[in-house]
Amino acid sequence: MIGGVQGSGVDTSAQFFAKAAAAGGLQVFGKREYYSNIKGEHSYFQVRVSKGTIRSHVDTVDMLATFEEETIFRHALEVRKEGAIIYDPDLDPKRLDQVPTIESNVRSVLNAELSKAGLSADVKGILELARRRGVHIYPVPYNEILKEVGAKHGETSLSTLQRMLNTMAVAASFALLSYDENVVKDAVRKQFKSKPKVAEMNADAVGAAYDYMEEKYGGSFSFRLTPEKVEGPRLFVRGNTVVAMAKELAGCRLQTYYPITPASDESEFLESHSEIELDGHTAHENPQAAENIALKAKGSIAVVQSEDEIAAVTMAIGGGLAGVRSSTSTSGPGFSLMAEGLGYAGMNEVPVVVTLYSRGGPSTGLPTRHEQGDLRFALYAGHGEFPRFVMASGDLEEVFYDTVRSFNYSEKYQTPVIHIVDKALANSDCTLGMFDVNRVKIDRGDFLKEITTAVNGEFKRFLHTPTGVSPRAPLGTKGGINWYTGDEHDELGHISEDPVNRDYMMDKRMGKLDLADREIPIAERVNFFGPENADITVISWGSTKGAILDAMEWLKSDGISVNFIQIRLINPFPTEYVAKLLSKARKIVGVEMNFSAQLVGVVREKTCIPIEQLVVKYNGRPMSAEELYDALKMIHEGKAPKKLVLKHGA
Amino acid sequence: MALKLSDLKTSAHNDWCPGCGDFGILNAVQMALAEMNVDPTNTVVVSGVGCSSKAPHFIKTYGVHTLHGRAVPFATGIKLANPNLEVVVEGGDGDGMGIGAGHFVNSGRRNVDMLYIIHDNEVYGLTKGQASPTLGLGMKPKSLPSPNINQAINPLMLAIASGYTWVARGYSYDVRHLKDLIIKGIHHKGYAFLDVLQPCPTYNDIQTKEYWAGEGNLDDAGRPKPRTYKLEETGYDGVVHNNAEAEVEQKIQQAILKSFEFGDHTPIGVLYQNEFVPTYEERLAGRSPSYKTSPPASQEIARPDGTPLANINKLLEDLRVF
Ligand SMILES: Cc1ncc(C[n+]2csc(CCOP(=O)(O)OP(=O)(O)O)c2C)c(N)n1
Ligand code: SF4
Ligand SMILES: [Mg+2]
Repeated sequence: MIGGVQGSGVDTSAQFFAKAAAAGGLQVFGKREYYSNIKGEHSYFQVRVSKGTIRSHVDTVDMLATFEEETIFRHALEVRKEGAIIYDPDLDPKRLDQVPTIESNVRSVLNAELSKAGLSADVKGILELARRRGVHIYPVPYNEILKEVGAKHGETSLSTLQRMLNTMAVAASFALLSYDENVVKDAVRKQFKSKPKVAEMNADAVGAAYDYMEEKYGGSFSFRLTPEKVEGPRLFVRGNTVVAMAKELAGCRLQTYYPITPASDESEFLESHSEIELDGHTAHENPQAAENIALKAKGSIAVVQSEDEIAAVTMAIGGGLAGVRSSTSTSGPGFSLMAEGLGYAGMNEVPVVVTLYSRGGPSTGLPTRHEQGDLRFALYAGHGEFPRFVMASGDLEEVFYDTVRSFNYSEKYQTPVIHIVDKALANSDCTLGMFDVNRVKIDRGDFLKEITTAVNGEFKRFLHTPTGVSPRAPLGTKGGINWYTGDEHDELGHISEDPVNRDYMMDKRMGKLDLADREIPIAERVNFFGPENADITVISWGSTKGAILDAMEWLKSDGISVNFIQIRLINPFPTEYVAKLLSKARKIVGVEMNFSAQLVGVVREKTCIPIEQLVVKYNGRPMSAEELYDALKMIHEGKAPKKLVLKHGA
Repeated sequence: MALKLSDLKTSAHNDWCPGCGDFGILNAVQMALAEMNVDPTNTVVVSGVGCSSKAPHFIKTYGVHTLHGRAVPFATGIKLANPNLEVVVEGGDGDGMGIGAGHFVNSGRRNVDMLYIIHDNEVYGLTKGQASPTLGLGMKPKSLPSPNINQAINPLMLAIASGYTWVARGYSYDVRHLKDLIIKGIHHKGYAFLDVLQPCPTYNDIQTKEYWAGEGNLDDAGRPKPRTYKLEETGYDGVVHNNAEAEVEQKIQQAILKSFEFGDHTPIGVLYQNEFVPTYEERLAGRSPSYKTSPPASQEIARPDGTPLANINKLLEDLRVF
């Protein structure tokens, strides 16, 4: 764990640590926690590193690195026995009551613990307490080492040197783990590749930290981190970026947004990559397109920062009407403003994708923290009844392929699609195998390039068809024209209040959900993990996937078998399949990151199967594999209350 | 083949009240489109919700009747997705300056190349005559139970302050003059705003057709003097000709001064025009040159077998750690 004051480079050092570990072939999973604040508040980054697959974060800290007191007060006692704390000894005299950003309840708990142990309420005291609990304490005089490095490079500016603190802290951690020094140096050079001089100075800082740690503490720490050989390429990615790249690949060419955490990073990535490389293709494959491509070697995505989320969603719907794959990204408060627009898209059968980054609600809630509290809202936002898809991804790999699918569903069934990506995914960084772009297929549904069926120049956009899906021609298509209206309308799109037409149109629109239910393979909608018969059946959705899979593995070695139903397409709900699985289950546990177990309610509504045992969490911090493991174990032993509320997290 | 006025009419039932000023605006729009000989399949009329917003159903081009107050962002999305389309927005004064006020102002900052026509009847027609944002303080049209206690927005001044690059006013019963304004507004490169004085005989018994024709406003000879006058007949020139800072400033000031004239002596015509301001489309192309050469709607995104055309290998390469 790396902690520090927000704005002081915690992110950079954690990224650097993670990249250096990843460059050594290790798998990395990083979780970022921060306040809704720009500078001054505490933030920390937890990085989990392993040779094998990692899918979640854990609560215990093996190693804590910092150059600031608040991190020590907050996290020193989370470090486990035999773990390590690397810190700057200048901090020793800093007192707990001098840190105004620590909440009073946290402060009083710490004060009580320290006074019980007869220790002073300062950094020295709390580190002594950690030491008594078996933690190794490693003071590193960063500033002295930095000055030496600076002297060698003729750099005396204190602020320039301070900027290398991050590098030093990371290097000291790796040195303690006896990790290959050259891998770390290469990583730092890569980080600063545009500034060769800075890169060399940082590489020297790495060397100096290694020398210091070797000389002072060589061999004192028993953990080792060794580079691994890896087959094939590997990525280190963040959730927001994955969504953005998948959108470009999927052909999204209009993205609108109004700034909001944790969604905006995605739009900003798109904005800075709005020129899109296109693969040339041969005339043989598509004569007309080949001609276009020959002229236009590149594509382009228009990214528009709108005045509010009402404009964001309505602009995107406008893009959809013009035949362009369009989307908007937001989180709870913004999504609330989009409700009326969604209804319009439903009513007019316009494809549009809303990426909903869920964060702690209600109202402004916990703006930078995690929660899965918007499922019910995503399912019902908007007045009246209209079809929509609601999908939720469980990890970054799913995020990639689901993002592409969200556009396919929306065009094929001509409906709005809400893709929920929770904050825990948006802000996690992890190593992944290379995405397989060859697996990606674009399906634009019944999309006309020319209208040939117009009568008197008028095109029946909402033509009666057996499936309920009518051929769609974007605004501007030659050969005819038609209308759209939020009022109930006839086949041409003119206002109609005729009761017979109303029945027909309602059946047509809502029937598309049944069609989708019949057509979309279960493999795209539900993941099922574990043995067919198990002691416990977990049902969940979204980012809890990682913690559940990890906990399942640990429980297996305890002799407790668990299987897991992960719902990815929540509307249309895979009722029949889920009902079948649940009816075979011995003990069903609903696991969710919200107060009322929203998916459990949906399952009951759709399948009539009640789920009595719940594990929920709503303190804004993602579930860890450990607490879930403990919870499932308690449930298995029959010792758990019906609604088990998890509380870990800082 | 030249487009005839009748080619732009539809069979949709028009349920506006007899004598409604919306008819004049509808005629003027159809006449303008016919005269310009537009391709109806390449033209989109976008509206909000209100009496006036039913207009697209009566015009035989693509028509998008949207949500109350949201015509402008819908139209923005349409135009940015396909900048080759001719986009005209129509809506009520409540639609544009009440519920849609945020879009009215912020779209001015963008300067998307389209024309926005507001049917300004000073009431909320479709909801039975409540005060709209352009109704003056203390006014009491017959539909209001008591005089209005809100002040009026000055739409022209608001448009100029928001950055619209073409600002004009028309009158719905001066159809030919209005038609000419619509043509100019469509031809204008950038975001054009046209405020149209529109009598609502059903709910607004103050700004009636007779009122604008001069009823109760007698000249020296005792004849009714029309309450509107044409700017171009006074030698007024609202056009920025050479983009000097001082010139732009002067034209803006002059237009704002003109925008205060309302009531007995109300100007109609072009108050302000500046084609030197880059359009939003040009600004997007500044960020991504391919936006101009291959705007979103003209881009192929997949091969016939469904494989995507976008190549994201470079992006992935940047994120590779091994
Ligand atoms: C969100 C929302 N709020 C309220 C309404 C009800 N409503 C319909 S039209 C209208 C006002 C129309 O006035 P204006 O925009 O001036 O158009 P006019 O009818 O005068 O042409 C209102 C308030 C609505 N359709 N949607
Ligand atoms: S209520 Fe007024 S604005 Fe609406 S149609 Fe009737 S006259 Fe026209
Ligand atoms: Mg009105």
